Amino acid sequence: MKRLLRSILPPLIPLVVILIALELIVRMNWVPSYLVPAPTKVFKAFVNPITARELWQATLDTAIAAVIGFLASVVVGMMIAILLSSAGWVQRAFYPYAVFFQTVPIIAIAPLLVIWIGFGMPTVIASAFIVSVFPVIANTLSGLLSTDPALRDLFRLYGASHTASLFKLRLPYALPNIFTGLRVAAGLAVIGAIVGEFITGGGIGGVIDISRTQQRVDKIFAGLLLASLLGITLFGLINLISYLTLRNWHASERSEA
Amino acid sequence: MTTIVAAQRAVGTSVILQDIRREFPGGVCAVDGITLTINAGEFVAFLGPSGCGKSTLLRMIAGLDRPTSGSVSLESKSRELQYDSKRRSNIAYVFQDAHLLPWRSVLRNVMLPLELMRVPTREREESAMAMLEQVGVADFARSYPAQLSGGMRMRVSLARALVTQPQLLLLDEPFAALDEITRQQLDEQLRNLWLSRAMTVLFVTHSINEAAFLAERAIVFTRRPARVVIDHAIHLPTERVNALRTEPEFAREMKTLFDALELGG
Ligand SMILES: Nc1ncnc2c1ncn2[C@@H]1O[C@H](COP(=O)(O)OP(=O)(O)OP(=O)(O)O)[C@@H](O)[C@H]1O
Ligand SMILES: [Mg+2]
Repeated sequence: MKRLLRSILPPLIPLVVILIALELIVRMNWVPSYLVPAPTKVFKAFVNPITARELWQATLDTAIAAVIGFLASVVVGMMIAILLSSAGWVQRAFYPYAVFFQTVPIIAIAPLLVIWIGFGMPTVIASAFIVSVFPVIANTLSGLLSTDPALRDLFRLYGASHTASLFKLRLPYALPNIFTGLRVAAGLAVIGAIVGEFITGGGIGGVIDISRTQQRVDKIFAGLLLASLLGITLFGLINLISYLTLRNWHASERSEA
Repeated sequence: MTTIVAAQRAVGTSVILQDIRREFPGGVCAVDGITLTINAGEFVAFLGPSGCGKSTLLRMIAGLDRPTSGSVSLESKSRELQYDSKRRSNIAYVFQDAHLLPWRSVLRNVMLPLELMRVPTREREESAMAMLEQVGVADFARSYPAQLSGGMRMRVSLARALVTQPQLLLLDEPFAALDEITRQQLDEQLRNLWLSRAMTVLFVTHSINEAAFLAERAIVFTRRPARVVIDHAIHLPTERVNALRTEPEFAREMKTLFDALELGG
């Protein structure tokens, strides 16, 4: 309990100081309230039944799109990485395109997605997917390529099939790398979803975009808070799964190779 | 006793190396013209300076690498074992570090070779458990590698190698990373395991002491590219305990090997 307090308390102090300072600055009219909302006003947006419902619904929509996009990235990204790792020439032929694909800014692709897929959640999901797939590919691939050569020899010696090597050795061995990719991908999926929503409307991105035209900075800030909360939640979930999966391992065991 | 031992030595795999050479791309020649016959059931130590090509030689014997020229052939005389070889791997390999799968328990690590060879689950678990008992880590069957000491991990690695009842056991400096006491215990245990089984053992080491203690025959190699300096039969009792290491006859064998290493280096 004491330890928990000690790890939570320190970061809370600057937060409280900043909130009080913001409140003062706005109340004293040093900064006009259409630029920065008073923290109490943002808080009111969360408790006011009308805006609260709107924000809750938006968060739910964004969460659904981000999670679906993320899961698609995990499945597709890992499959692509497995294919790329299957042979040197496959990797040399296709990996450059994966890199190229990643460098095209999502904000430039989003309008195209609307033209192809239309307005609505599928576009948002596609946007979340596109931004989050590359880290999954890159990290899974580097994990698959880092298999301990001694263990590869061992599997060869016992005549292990291709599938057996993949599922009993290479994929499990790549798990720490895969989780690194998933952590990055989870955050990016939320960003991707919100970018998509800016174009198609709906979700947190939609709320922020509309609030901008209505000059409702309080709602914009509420949306920002919700978006980062969503990202942190996903990140925490992945960390938990990663911890549960890898807790029997030990860093030294892998570096033994 | 000796007759039983002699009878058991008759099984295992014999290894015939015919003028093998291994040159790596870039011109490094690791092994240069080695011709050797290892008889079925022998315990042979490969001794040589670091980087001389011992691992390369062992990998070629295991079929994990191919010689640039020359041939490696393995022969198994026993009909019973030939039948068994359809299911049981003939060769097992132990590396310098344990190289266990960190996500598998000790028991499941030892079951792995049987699993890859598609042995039925029940039999797998029984064999693995029996093997863990033999090397003295049965109490840790449910533990994970990360929870074990280096010595125990190496025992598990040995169990994993032996669980398929190989006819040829290849070990590449398996105990080099362990402390002296643990190493001597494992030497003794390995020697006893060999005595109780029908298998050929090739053991790569830097240690003259270890080679003399373990083997019936020691082959000393030159600096890279590896060539044979001497092929020496070790005249020590069949049953060996660690106290032997301080006997004068042991010192004599060590001196022979030491002189050969000097000559080759
Ligand atoms: N795959 C490879 N490609 C190129 N050179 C290699 C390769 N494997 C080994 N060598 C070279 O061949 C030589 C012999 O290597 P090897 O590992 O067989 O030596 P070793 O006797 O086992 O040494 P140590 O006692 O240090 O383990 C070394 O000089 C090494 O650099
Ligand atoms: Mg070596």
